[in-house]
Amino acid sequence: MTEATEIPGRKPDGALAHLLHVLRENPVTMLSFGMFAFFLLQALFGALLVPHDPLATNAAMALQPPNWSHWFGTDSLGRDVFSRVVVATRLDLTISVLAVAISFVIGSVLGAVAGYWGGWIDAGLNRVLDTIMAFPLFVLAMGIVAALGNTIENIIYATALINIPFYARLVRAEVNIRREAGFALAARLSGNSHFRTLAFHIFPNALPPMMVQVSLNMGWAILNAAGLSFIGLGVRPPTPEWGIMVAEGANYIISGHWWVALFPGLWLMLAVFTFNLMGDGLRDIVDPRRRT
Amino acid sequence: MLAIKDFAVSFRTRRGEVQAVRGISLDLAEGETLGIVGESGSGKSVTSYALMRILDAGGRIKAGSAVFEGRDLAQAAERDMQGIRGREISMIFQNPRAALNPIRKVGHQLEDVLRRHGRATRANARAKAIEALEAVRIRDAEARYDAYPFELSGGMCQRIVFAIALACGPRLLIADEPTTGLDITTQKAVMDLVRDLTRERGMSSILITHDLGLAAEYCDRLAVMKDGQIVETGPAAQLFADPQHPYTQKLVDATPRPGAGLRDLLPIEARTPLPDHAPGDRALVQVRDLVKTYPGKSGPVHAVKGISFTIREGQSVGLVGESGCGKSTTSSMLVRLLDRTSGDILFEGHDIADITADRFVRDKRRSQIQMVFQDATDSLNPRHSARQTIADPILRMSDLRGPALSARIEELATLCGLPLPLLDRFPHQLSGGQKARVGIARAIALDPKFLILDEPTAALDVSIQAVVLNLLADLRARLGMTYLFVSHDLNVVRLLCDHVVVMQGGEIVEQGPAAQVMDTPSHPYTRTLLAAAPKPPTTRTGTAKTAAKSAAE
Repeated sequence: MTEATEIPGRKPDGALAHLLHVLRENPVTMLSFGMFAFFLLQALFGALLVPHDPLATNAAMALQPPNWSHWFGTDSLGRDVFSRVVVATRLDLTISVLAVAISFVIGSVLGAVAGYWGGWIDAGLNRVLDTIMAFPLFVLAMGIVAALGNTIENIIYATALINIPFYARLVRAEVNIRREAGFALAARLSGNSHFRTLAFHIFPNALPPMMVQVSLNMGWAILNAAGLSFIGLGVRPPTPEWGIMVAEGANYIISGHWWVALFPGLWLMLAVFTFNLMGDGLRDIVDPRRRT
Repeated sequence: MLAIKDFAVSFRTRRGEVQAVRGISLDLAEGETLGIVGESGSGKSVTSYALMRILDAGGRIKAGSAVFEGRDLAQAAERDMQGIRGREISMIFQNPRAALNPIRKVGHQLEDVLRRHGRATRANARAKAIEALEAVRIRDAEARYDAYPFELSGGMCQRIVFAIALACGPRLLIADEPTTGLDITTQKAVMDLVRDLTRERGMSSILITHDLGLAAEYCDRLAVMKDGQIVETGPAAQLFADPQHPYTQKLVDATPRPGAGLRDLLPIEARTPLPDHAPGDRALVQVRDLVKTYPGKSGPVHAVKGISFTIREGQSVGLVGESGCGKSTTSSMLVRLLDRTSGDILFEGHDIADITADRFVRDKRRSQIQMVFQDATDSLNPRHSARQTIADPILRMSDLRGPALSARIEELATLCGLPLPLLDRFPHQLSGGQKARVGIARAIALDPKFLILDEPTAALDVSIQAVVLNLLADLRARLGMTYLFVSHDLNVVRLLCDHVVVMQGGEIVEQGPAAQVMDTPSHPYTRTLLAAAPKPPTTRTGTAKTAAKSAAE
């Protein structure tokens, strides 16, 4: 019905116009991108803007409830909770972005190869992924960090490793159904090698569902990193990090000092919430079919 | 029996309301078969969905009435419609496999319908279901009762869907493209069955199709739809002999029929003389004892069993057969996407069958052998614009870059009749015919000598098919290409090919000059195929042209 009735010569929307269209179309996407911008600004400029030094202790001001000079109150050492929460954003986002990026790249390569060539490569890879997934993932991450040493890099590697199976399986399925598609065969006839056909013709078509996975995974990676810090692995005090701050604050909830744990927990929740909401919007942005 | 008056259906979309059906009026008498014919987007399917009140979300009946035996279907409550659907009006759909539940035995699905409408009890359901299967002439119905849809052929599935539709003795049957995607002999079997059974039971039926020839053969009366309106109604013979509306004329012209040449398919004003076409004497492609065997679970599967044929330079050879006959396997081997089990493929006298498909990608003859794929939508990368798609083979296999590349792409687009502004569109923004043009432009980008056309018009509307076939004929003359035209449609093959190869079960059963195979087939299978093709009534223009042509020859 819509075929051939459009005005010829109307160019498809540019990337920016398309982005704006996606944002306008869905208020939830708009909200999530707004919140993402909020977190991004904190990560980039938070350390310059906060009112107090996140590491400066002040015994006289310990465990103050929220007030005008300390918006989120102070912790047991008199450090400003607001400053610490904002400064921690950079570390938490860095860990999750790097972890997700690593698992995205490795998972995509493994999954694409397995999905395209199939056979024993596919069978072998699937068994390895099954093995990883057979462990409770958080326990596996704990084990990796405990064995490799208590550093931020190791948290990133551990988080990346436990996420690889999700990407590899998704890409494998998406590549596999397109392996014999007409456009893949046509690419072969056009003189593309197997590698080029896979990398430039088939794989980009797997991006829309991957974007949903990335976004869900980001939230999950933040939780994972915070969880490791919460139980004392990974980031060490006094570095501001949401997981550690919740862990430290947890001791004071019983005594009525709720703000020490609540605010880092709230930021953690909002961050996870943001990434989960962003999924559909990201998918619509990378899907050319939405550019009508 | 059914009186449709000023019926209008609209859909809410992102770009505002779209009028799919704009006030149509139709009458259907008791026992009559009405054909609704139109091309994609004409609103013919939407009309039937609206009558059954099964429109997609966003669609609604805007105006008009459809009175079926005293009740207005447009106004009826959903509760009443549930009683009407199946019991009084039944529908069969395009894809029979999608209409059946894949994980339930077909007999059980038939029982469900019988019991839901109170036609059978738990005790006699099985017997009634088998009876219903026998009614649609399924042999060995007892055994078929326990079959799952995937175990049955497409034609068999459509018979079962038909059995379900008939199970409750409806008064009206709506068939929406019931044979699209089925082989030509299966199409004939299914359509004959539909005609016989509806006649036997005195049912009325509506056949919705894009195929004017098919509709003409099976319907008492035809209604031609375009852009949501009925442009003409009348008996089939009259529509063909004396079409009143220009659109009907265009459709009648575009329908391939015996006696009409390639240019006769186009509107009169576009009928330029066909370029000369004389095949050379030198063999371009020689196929010798080509065999393809796949390992299967129950022993090897012989897809192609030692076939031999020769394609001369400039010749157009039609490779004809039904699904599963090995014609696609053969074309995949010829285009070097698939390795053969044994045999030779000689291209300009050199054997290319020894070069594996993986290595042939880097062979300098890669650009000489190209292919146009069956499904234009599937064969274009959804993430590449038309320009990128056409550029791909040029970038991979030649040194053309920059402005020269753009100029070449635009030259190709012009050659294939693709408007230049459309080059920056993505496949989903192009119509079926435009996508077919992009696919052809990509295939001829490097001036191939040998082009394999794998049912390039199977998914297109007839008027677009007519244009694409003529485009292919023009390109053949301009670029001196040799074609292998793979198709199941003999009427189309007749138009374009000099030589025909008929395949059945992996073997060649007959080959020879097109006219000879078509007019005096020697093999019974060829005769079956020819007999199964719908035969449109003769047209005023078609017969006149043929007479003139045979006089000239």
